[in-house]
Amino acid sequence: MGKTIIPIGPYHPLQEEPEFFTLTVEGETVVDIDVRIGYNHRGIEKLSEMKTFENSTFVVERICGICSTSHPYAYTRAVEDIFPMEVSMRSKYIRTIIAEGERIHSHLLWLGLAGHFLGYNTVYMWAWKLREEILDVMEILSGNRNNYAMFKPGGVRRDINAEDIPICIKKIDSILPTLNMLKKAVLDDPVLHARLKGVGVLSYQDAIDFSALGPTSRASGVARDVRKDSPYGAYQEMEWDMIVTKNGDVFDKAVVRILEMFETAKIMKYCLNNLPDGEIDAKIKDIPPGEGIGHIEAPRGETFHYVKSDGTNRPMRHKVRAPTFMNFPTYKATVKGQTISDATIILAAIDPCYCCTERIAVKDVKGRMLYDGQDLIRLSREKTEKMKQRMGVR
Amino acid sequence: MSLKLKALLKSPWVFHLSTGSCNNCDIEILDCLTPRFDIERFGMLLIGSIKHADVLLVTGSCNRMSVERLKVLYEQVPKPCLVVAIGTCAGSRGIFKDSYNCPVPLDKIIPVDVYIPGCPPKPEAMIAGVVKLIEKVGGA
Repeated sequence: MGKTIIPIGPYHPLQEEPEFFTLTVEGETVVDIDVRIGYNHRGIEKLSEMKTFENSTFVVERICGICSTSHPYAYTRAVEDIFPMEVSMRSKYIRTIIAEGERIHSHLLWLGLAGHFLGYNTVYMWAWKLREEILDVMEILSGNRNNYAMFKPGGVRRDINAEDIPICIKKIDSILPTLNMLKKAVLDDPVLHARLKGVGVLSYQDAIDFSALGPTSRASGVARDVRKDSPYGAYQEMEWDMIVTKNGDVFDKAVVRILEMFETAKIMKYCLNNLPDGEIDAKIKDIPPGEGIGHIEAPRGETFHYVKSDGTNRPMRHKVRAPTFMNFPTYKATVKGQTISDATIILAAIDPCYCCTERIAVKDVKGRMLYDGQDLIRLSREKTEKMKQRMGVR
Repeated sequence: MSLKLKALLKSPWVFHLSTGSCNNCDIEILDCLTPRFDIERFGMLLIGSIKHADVLLVTGSCNRMSVERLKVLYEQVPKPCLVVAIGTCAGSRGIFKDSYNCPVPLDKIIPVDVYIPGCPPKPEAMIAGVVKLIEKVGGA
């Protein structure tokens, strides 16, 4: 049978971000997939190098709207890693509260969209209605629904008022019964079982080979979570469970995210109840030359930032690696052999975030690729060869 | 006011177009559809095809790759159509003004009818902006 190529995108109603897929299909079966990105590229790394250490926090916050805490968190940890310094316990707790609030709203967002793709619009509406309550909590704590601007190198920018804490806990408690209902509705539904089990399976070995991160890897049985593996913030202060399942299909990815929300609510409530006293800002004056790395567990997996300082007030080099960059290639393992009607939910199952992942390759007017990694190596080798010939070395 | 424009304002169907945004404005647009804000009660409907659109909601800072697509899509919209620039990025490029990949602001590429500033604008602000637009066009 002949192969057919189905183009999807870049502007399509499926996802809110522009991206371009080509599905190669034989009949109903997908045999290959290719993805083109670059519609969201804004040159964040270069912009960040133009700004001061403190102002860069705002730029990295705008890498992605849903991960608007994970990127500043990883960035501030990278800056704090350049030289030995101590962040106060209170600011660690506040950071943890904001990061977990982001996780719960991100998972609810994913759950809603997944329901929407499957034709369960009720799940979509319920999940997004619950999400509003969490956004209210975030608005009380930080002053904005998204883009919280809470982080700065050395601490947090804004303190939590004691009188706001009972309101926030009450709001979190109020969503838990509905969340439980939603969990039962999703996990006990026979149609969803039939629809999602065994679809888009990422095996344990594939998850390791592709270096999958976050819920994508935990659904395949790889117990990998930065919060447990190298604890930061206030995560080692309380008891919580890492959710790991075995099958690696779309259903398990949903299960991991749904159960994780309850753990997240637990962590948030513990932190709000046991918020220690103290300063919230270490008041960093100068940042010495050096380099630092920061990594945290974002809702989608590990976010990694690298910052190099040359002693001035700006980062000399800033490198970002978002979790979707690692989860992307698992499509190659999960989509192949599935039907076109399942491709949608498999593509959505890793909770892709294209804004975080944007890369760019530069071409000249003839369409020839420049600055490709392989090209640079080739150019370098050719130069060595030329020099050898010129110097007469064999 | 032309009959076409008058008919459009009864129930404006919106098409959402992201030209390199950070997702926040896009998610707040989707938020407008969900139970708390529910703009469908005003007859506004988010649709999937550009050929059905009456209002274009543009977000993001117009990077080099999406500018080409933006022009093509604007040519495909049935006229008359209204363009709403959502967020600071679409309005003035905001923090991405100095970026190498965001050469021109949105209003230099296509005509814009209303700007809704904010990073991201709250759903209330978006609804207020669209209502103002309808009042402005309907009153003229």
